[in-house]
Amino acid sequence: MIALLLRDLKLSVRAGGGALIGVLFFTAVVAVVPFGVGPDLNLLSRIGPAIVWIGALLSALLGLDRMFQTDREDGSLDLMLMQEHPLALTVLMKCLAHWLGHGLPLVIASPLLGLFMNMEETAIGATMATLLVGTPALTFIGAVGAAVAVALPRGGLLVSILVLPLAIPVLIFGVSATYAAVEEPAPFLPPFLILVAITMFFAVLGPFGAALALRNADD
Amino acid sequence: MHLTAENLSARRGEDLLFRNVSFELGTGKALVVTGRNGSGKSTLLRVVAGLLRPETGTVRWSSKDAEVGTRACEACHYLGHRNAMKPELSVRENLLFWKRFFGDFEGGHGLSVGEAADAVGLGGIVHLPFGYLSAGQQRRMAFAKLMVSYRPVWLLDEPTAALDSAAESVLTDLIKDHLHGGGMIMAATHQPLGLDNPQELAMTGFAGLGEEAW
Repeated sequence: MIALLLRDLKLSVRAGGGALIGVLFFTAVVAVVPFGVGPDLNLLSRIGPAIVWIGALLSALLGLDRMFQTDREDGSLDLMLMQEHPLALTVLMKCLAHWLGHGLPLVIASPLLGLFMNMEETAIGATMATLLVGTPALTFIGAVGAAVAVALPRGGLLVSILVLPLAIPVLIFGVSATYAAVEEPAPFLPPFLILVAITMFFAVLGPFGAALALRNADD
Repeated sequence: MHLTAENLSARRGEDLLFRNVSFELGTGKALVVTGRNGSGKSTLLRVVAGLLRPETGTVRWSSKDAEVGTRACEACHYLGHRNAMKPELSVRENLLFWKRFFGDFEGGHGLSVGEAADAVGLGGIVHLPFGYLSAGQQRRMAFAKLMVSYRPVWLLDEPTAALDSAAESVLTDLIKDHLHGGGMIMAATHQPLGLDNPQELAMTGFAGLGEEAW
């Protein structure tokens, strides 16, 4: 199982893996916002956390469709389905590898983009913390969408649309926790803990859902 | 050790592709599936590998020390049309990954990556990315994948596609070795594999079902 994690990580950083594409897209989305809304520093710092979160959400959706499709195209998925180890565990490992390859770089890039948005240190720290616990949920939800659409050619957009409604709560609690860290009366911890709960919930449900979809994806 | 299939039928779209296919494979036995293109050879192999759900019938694996609930496909290696190797990774990385991921089925041990590559006659190029290899070399490396971990049953779908005659004889020897070691082979093929007295199963496709299938 660790072998699968290492293989997928290697693939995500080698040519065509797309780990960097997500970060570049994230940077592009956030970097154009100041040009769009103008040089109003107060406005930028107020909408900053929301923009960074939306950018991260969109970039996280970007690479999802390839999660199982490459393995299906070259026949690896068939062999994974045949093995003794539970398929949900295999999917969990692929999710972890996908998050390490695609999600974690977004978290690491977020402080820099926070500077673009004129955010305070606390806001940057809070955004980074919420992204760290929130992006795994996006990967686990996305795994189900990617598994459902695995048999469809050009299913990329479909995956994003399937996944988006389920990803909205993650966005809501991620952004509200970040705002709570900066604006005084609202407490930071409750929305943050709900975000953690969402991630843990989908960490359990996602792999089983995706495994079920993959088992029934035979053509 | 026995691989038993009873009354298998499979559907492709609306129509039954084959019906009531039964066979039994024992230790050291080979089954060659023949038939025209589109007659259901690959479908039958995918059903046995557990990748397609049969319309009726079951595939069972039985051996004296099999755990209860062992699915038949867990005892099988499946070599399909696609090689299941990543072009971005080197051959060694590919084979090492599958060796670790597969593990060994009880009752045997897989070869090391180097030995498996030597066995298919390509020991010197395991450091190259898989994508740099020619189609025939890729096929041979996909065959080496069957040897890095032990499975008693090999399901081979057109194993000799894209191979020259020298490579074909190498593969035939490997298949014979596997049979001598108590393994089983089920192969869909057009070329004779040069095996001694394999069982044959002729697939007839839609035509063989007659009128009532409609």
